[in-house]
Amino acid sequence: MFSLARRLRDNGVLGINRRNADYILIHNRRRLYPLVDDKVLTKDLARKAGVQVPEMYGLVEIQRQVRDLPAMLSGRQDFVIKPAGGSQGHGIVVIVGRMGHFWRTAGGALIDEQEMAFHVSNILSGIYSLGGQPDKAIIEYRVQFDPIFEKLTYRGVPDVRIIVFLGVPVMAMVRLPTRLSDGKANLHQGAIGAGIDMAGGRTLTAVLGNDIVDAHPDTGVPVSGVQIPGWPALLDLAARCWEMTGLGYQGIDIVLDRDKGPMILELNARPGLNIQIANVAGLTGRLEAIERNRGRLKSVADRVDFARRYFGAGADPGAAP
Amino acid sequence: MGRRHLYILALVLTLIGGGLFLYKWLVLEFPVTPGENTAIWRIETRLQFVAGGGPAKVTLQIPQNSPQFTVISQNFISPGFGYTTATERGNRSATFSLANASGEKTIYYRAVVHRARLSERLTAPAQREPPVPPTRYRDAELAAARAIVAAAVRQAADNETLVKLIFRRLREAAPDAEARLLLGADPSLRKTAEVGVELLRLAGLPTRTAHGLHVVPDRQNARFDHWIEFYAGGGWRPYDPRADAFAVPADTLPWWHGPEPFVELTGGGDLTSDVSVRQAFEFTLRAALVRTREIERTLIEFSTLGLPLQTQAVYQVLLVVPVGIFLLVVLRNVVGIRTFGTFMPVLIALAFRQTELLWGIVLFCIVLACGLGVRFYLEQLKLLLVPRLASVVIVVILIMSGLSMLSHKLGFERGLSVALFPIVILSMTIERMSIVWDERGPKEAFIQAGGSLTAAALCYLVMHIPLVKHIAFVFPETLLIVLAATLLLGRYAGYRLVELSRFHALGGDR
Repeated sequence: MFSLARRLRDNGVLGINRRNADYILIHNRRRLYPLVDDKVLTKDLARKAGVQVPEMYGLVEIQRQVRDLPAMLSGRQDFVIKPAGGSQGHGIVVIVGRMGHFWRTAGGALIDEQEMAFHVSNILSGIYSLGGQPDKAIIEYRVQFDPIFEKLTYRGVPDVRIIVFLGVPVMAMVRLPTRLSDGKANLHQGAIGAGIDMAGGRTLTAVLGNDIVDAHPDTGVPVSGVQIPGWPALLDLAARCWEMTGLGYQGIDIVLDRDKGPMILELNARPGLNIQIANVAGLTGRLEAIERNRGRLKSVADRVDFARRYFGAGADPGAAP
Repeated sequence: MGRRHLYILALVLTLIGGGLFLYKWLVLEFPVTPGENTAIWRIETRLQFVAGGGPAKVTLQIPQNSPQFTVISQNFISPGFGYTTATERGNRSATFSLANASGEKTIYYRAVVHRARLSERLTAPAQREPPVPPTRYRDAELAAARAIVAAAVRQAADNETLVKLIFRRLREAAPDAEARLLLGADPSLRKTAEVGVELLRLAGLPTRTAHGLHVVPDRQNARFDHWIEFYAGGGWRPYDPRADAFAVPADTLPWWHGPEPFVELTGGGDLTSDVSVRQAFEFTLRAALVRTREIERTLIEFSTLGLPLQTQAVYQVLLVVPVGIFLLVVLRNVVGIRTFGTFMPVLIALAFRQTELLWGIVLFCIVLACGLGVRFYLEQLKLLLVPRLASVVIVVILIMSGLSMLSHKLGFERGLSVALFPIVILSMTIERMSIVWDERGPKEAFIQAGGSLTAAALCYLVMHIPLVKHIAFVFPETLLIVLAATLLLGRYAGYRLVELSRFHALGGDR
C-alpha cells in the first residue's frame, strides 16, 4: 500500500488533499467563486475579456418575465434553456426546431409553450441550483458542434476540459457523452475521457470508468489519435481565463462550434482529478514547473508556448527551467 | 511561514494539554482508568418552584446515617434562603425560608454517602418499643380494616406471618371489597404501604412506612422506593411488600420514614423536584481532604468533577464529541470515506448512544428508507425547498411514532428508542441522500449512505470505550492534543486511501 502511494507520488499524481491544500486554498480566493458559479456573471466577464461564449438571447430573472417568453423566443428556431446556477447539466433543455405550436427538443420530444413556461418557472424556483436557492434562466445560442465529434458522441455535447494554473494550460481532455452517461459529459456518470497531447492537440488514450478503451462504445469509432481542430486557439482561450476570473487553479470547459470556433461553456473552481486518469499522467510535475517559472510567464502567448513545449506527449515537465 | 506557525501552535497546544494531564495524573493523583468498586455516591436534589411574592417555606426530607449508609458530607445551595435542619420523629428535614420571595427559585441539596462496612451494620443501637398511634380510620373504613385484621390475626403465628398475611390481602384485593375500600382504585406502592401500616398498627404492631433511594452508578430523575418497617426485637425490621421479603435491596439508601411528603412548599407553586444519583470517584474526596495547598484545591474545584451532577452528565457526552470529530476527519481526509454532511456521522453516533449500535443502525435504515420513499414521491410535486424539507420532517416524526407504536405492540421495547434520534438530523440525511441520488445516481447515494453509517458506527465504537470517556471527562485538557492533531491534519496533503485504488492505473513504473 505504501509502495503504491510512493509510486503515485513518483509519477506526480495529485490527490484531493494536496489539490485543496496547495492549489485551491492558496490560489482560489473564495470571493471569486460566484464569478464561475453564476453563468450570467461568467458570460459578462468573458464578453468583457473578449473571450467567446455562446450568445445569450435572453435572461429570465423573475416569475413575471415568464409571460414574455414567447416574445423573447419569436423567430428563433433553435436555442438552449439552462439554469444560471445549475451544475452537471441538470435542467438544460436543448430546442432544435419548431413544429407549429410545439418546440422539438434534442431528445426528440415535443413540448408546447405552457410546458416550456413551467420548466422556466422551475428553474427560477431553484430546483436545479445548488442548495435550492432561487435561480435565473438563461436562453442562449445552441452550439452546432464540430463534425469531428459527430461519430464520437452519443447525443449530448462533447466538450474539452482544460486545467489552467496561473494562466498556463496544464492538462486537457475531451469528454465524450455515451449512452451510459445519458448524454452527459461527466466522467463519473459514464462519459469517455480522452487525454489530449498539449503540444499538438491529438487525443491520446481514452478511459471509460477506470478502464482504457480504444473506441466509443456506442459508435465503435476509435477515440485515440483524433486531432482537435484549432488546438492553439483553444489553448489561447483557456489561458485568457486567468485574467478573466482571477482564479489561479481552474477547469475550463470549451465546446467547438462548427461555425464560430471554440467557446467557453463554463468554468470550474474545483476541477476534478480524473483528468489524470484520462491522460495517464500526473499533474504535480506540471504544476510545479509552472510555479518555478511563474515570474517569466507574463503574456498569454508565453504561457501557451510554455504549455506546448513542456507538457506535450513524451515531454518532461521536469525539464522546464 | 504558515506551516511553521501551525507546527508551533500544535506543539504549544500539545505541551499545555500534556503538561496539565501529567500534573493532574502524577501530582494530584487523578485516576487515569475508570474507577471500579468505589462505594461513594453523590446525590443531588434539585427543587424548583415559582415563589408567590410573599414568604416562602420549603421543607425537604434529607437522609441521615443508617446502618447501611453513612452521610459523609452534605451542602445546601439556596441563594437568598435561610435554612435550618431539624430531627423530628426519626426524620431529618431541612427547612428553607425567605420572607419575600418572587419568581423562579432553585434550591440544591447535595450529599455524599458512603456504604457502611459490615461491622458498623451489626452495631446499630437497640431502641425502645415505640407507642402505636391511634388509627386514622373511621366508620366504614374502620369496619373494613377491623375485618381484615381480625382474619389475619386468627391465622397468624407471629408478627412476620401477620405482616405477610395482611399484605397478601392487600395485594390480592381485586375482588375483596374490604381491602378495595381502603386502597382505592389502582393504588400506588406508597399507598399500599401506608394502608398496610395502618392495618398493622390496628393489630397493635408498631409499624411505619419507609422511603429510600436505589444508589445506582448513574441515574437522573431517580424515583423513591417505598417499603414498611415494623418493630421487632429492639429494632426496626424492614418488609418489602413488592418482593414479599423481610429485607430491602442492599443498595437502598433509607431516606425518611412516615407519611410526610418528600418536599413541602408553602408560599409558591409549580414545585418540581429532581433527584440524581451518581457513583463518584473516591479520590475526589480523598484529594479534597488531603490537599492543603490552595492552588491544588482550586484546581480540583475547577475540574469537571466540581460541576453539578446534571451538568456533569451533559459534559460526559459533550467531551467525547471531539474524539469522534477527530476520527471523522481521519476517515474523510486520510481514508477518503464519503459521507453526507461533514459532521452528520458524529451526530448519528450520538443518537446510537441511546439505542445501541445494532438497533441504531436498523432503526436508522428503516426511517431513512421510508423517508426516502416519501421524499421521492414529493419530488413529483415539484415543491420548493423549505416546504419540502418541512414535509419530510413531519413525515419523519410520523414514521418514528409509528415505529415506536408498532414495536411496542410487538413487544420490542428497543423500538421505542427510535424517538431519541434527532429528527432534524434524519430529515437532513434524507434530503441530502435524495439530492445525491438525483444528481449523481443511486450508486453514489448508497456509497455515501454506507460511508455515513460506517463512520457513525466507528465514531460510536470509539466514543463508547470507557477509557476514552473517562479520560475525556476527567482530563478535558487532553482534548487540546486532539485539537493539535486535527490542526495538523488540516495541512495533510498526502493521498487518501481510496485514491490509491482510484489512481491505481497511474501507479506503474515509468
